[in-house]
Amino acid sequence: MSVRLGLMALLAEGPMYGAGLRTAFEERTGGTWPLNVGQVYTTLGRLERDGLVEQAGPPDPEGRISYRLTDAGRAAVEEWWRSPVDRVSTPRDELVIKLALAVTVSGVDVQSVAQTQRTATLRHLRDLTRLKQRALDAIGAGIGDRGADDGGIGGDGTADHADPDRDLAWLLVLENHIFSAEAEVRWLDHVETRLAQAGRRPHAASTRHHAASTRHTDPVQPPERASVETTGGHP
Amino acid sequence: MTVPVLVLEDVSRTHGTGDNAVHALRGVSLEVMEGELVAVMGPSGSGKSTLLNVAGGLDRPTSGRATVDGVDLGSLGAKELARVRRRRIGFVFQDYNLIPSLTAAENVGLPLELDGMRPRTARRNARHALDVLGLADLADRYPDAMSGGQQQRVAIARALVGTRRLVMADEPTGALDTTTGEEVLRVLRKRCDDGASGLLVTHEARHAAWADRVVFLRDGVVVDTTGSPREPEDLLDEAPAR
Ligand SMILES: Nc1ncnc2c1ncn2[C@@H]1O[C@H](COP(=O)(O)OP(=O)(O)OP(=O)(O)O)[C@@H](O)[C@H]1O
Ligand SMILES: [Mg+2]
Repeated sequence: MSVRLGLMALLAEGPMYGAGLRTAFEERTGGTWPLNVGQVYTTLGRLERDGLVEQAGPPDPEGRISYRLTDAGRAAVEEWWRSPVDRVSTPRDELVIKLALAVTVSGVDVQSVAQTQRTATLRHLRDLTRLKQRALDAIGAGIGDRGADDGGIGGDGTADHADPDRDLAWLLVLENHIFSAEAEVRWLDHVETRLAQAGRRPHAASTRHHAASTRHTDPVQPPERASVETTGGHP
Repeated sequence: MTVPVLVLEDVSRTHGTGDNAVHALRGVSLEVMEGELVAVMGPSGSGKSTLLNVAGGLDRPTSGRATVDGVDLGSLGAKELARVRRRRIGFVFQDYNLIPSLTAAENVGLPLELDGMRPRTARRNARHALDVLGLADLADRYPDAMSGGQQQRVAIARALVGTRRLVMADEPTGALDTTTGEEVLRVLRKRCDDGASGLLVTHEARHAAWADRVVFLRDGVVVDTTGSPREPEDLLDEAPAR
């Protein structure tokens, strides 16, 4: 999903050739998700089939085709910026890619992308914590004498106390998810601070060149790239 | 979870005047229901402590209203306000919560005694409050003989002893390691599951996740909230593969 949307996010800036798209994608996401040209063309083909991109004109003398977003494609990109990444159903790196692109693509309110994500991740973290609370009750690591049987949710037999090892394993799995969700929130806090330091308070970034004629490398803005690299390495 | 215990209506709090004015809170509205634990997160200086102090009657809003159990705190004189605080609101701070020369049970019983209860009765109530939270063993210990986490859990018992049903906790896990911090949160969670209400300020997402709802403050404004949780039964469907 992120490759599709990542390419579309770049096309939102203007038409591009497949090769240019590949380079821009890799550079702006700091190589988080390497692509080969074949993947790019396959993806463009599917996007075209789905009516999200279209050819910007006839092939140039060297036979290269430039692509641009359709209205439906533009709407899909807008929606992507607005909605949080779902941690359960998407690959781990999607959020990193999304924020890296949000910083480099013009007109995206990066602060609000980060805030939306943080709220969603905290919700996820809370859900995991409630499951953990039940797991703790089931294991009997309860607090006070009234342990598991007065909570209303822990003592109804759903946890099947037959196998304490399984309960413990389940608890550990939950805690693993809790720690990684927490790391994500901490990273997002850090992103917010970093953006504020870089003077990227909520306002549209200045419009940048349109890449209609991009054949070579799409230039990468050094300060933004630098901030992606430093935040990416933060624990 | 239908009765609001704490209501903030369009609360603003400005420190200083003129060029020196700091707008610590700007038009904040918030409700905490019976049995609900609400966490407040936000960058340093965003107004979290100010919010807590206004909600608990330690500070007065410049405009807007703070209501606890239906009582408008702004309508009370200093003496009445102190009484409302003693009877209804408990505070837990980052540290220095307990009085060093009193045992755990005496610390917990103190608000009851201050409110006119006889020492023996107060002590008995205190022991019960400690017992409920699994802290019975600590009743006769002095604070300096308890770990930081144990002190904080005793502080929660004290904050919610007697008729008090509303606890304000400002970074109560600040000085604790992760596991100990979690024990404190479990205790707070448990008291809310039993019907108390809590407003908790924390920097730690993993601790805020024990709350029913997280509110984000930035520059004195509520910028986002997680909303209330769904029932645990729905969660299992989406939980990590078991
Ligand atoms: N008594 C005061 N006089 C003047 N300004 C104050 C006073 N108390 C707080 N402030 C200011 O109000 C703003 C909010 O402070 P507050 O203590 O509520 O922040 P906070 O979110 O609790 O921060 P932290 O996470 O660092 O504890 C800050 O800018 C602070 O400097
Ligand atoms: Mg504070």
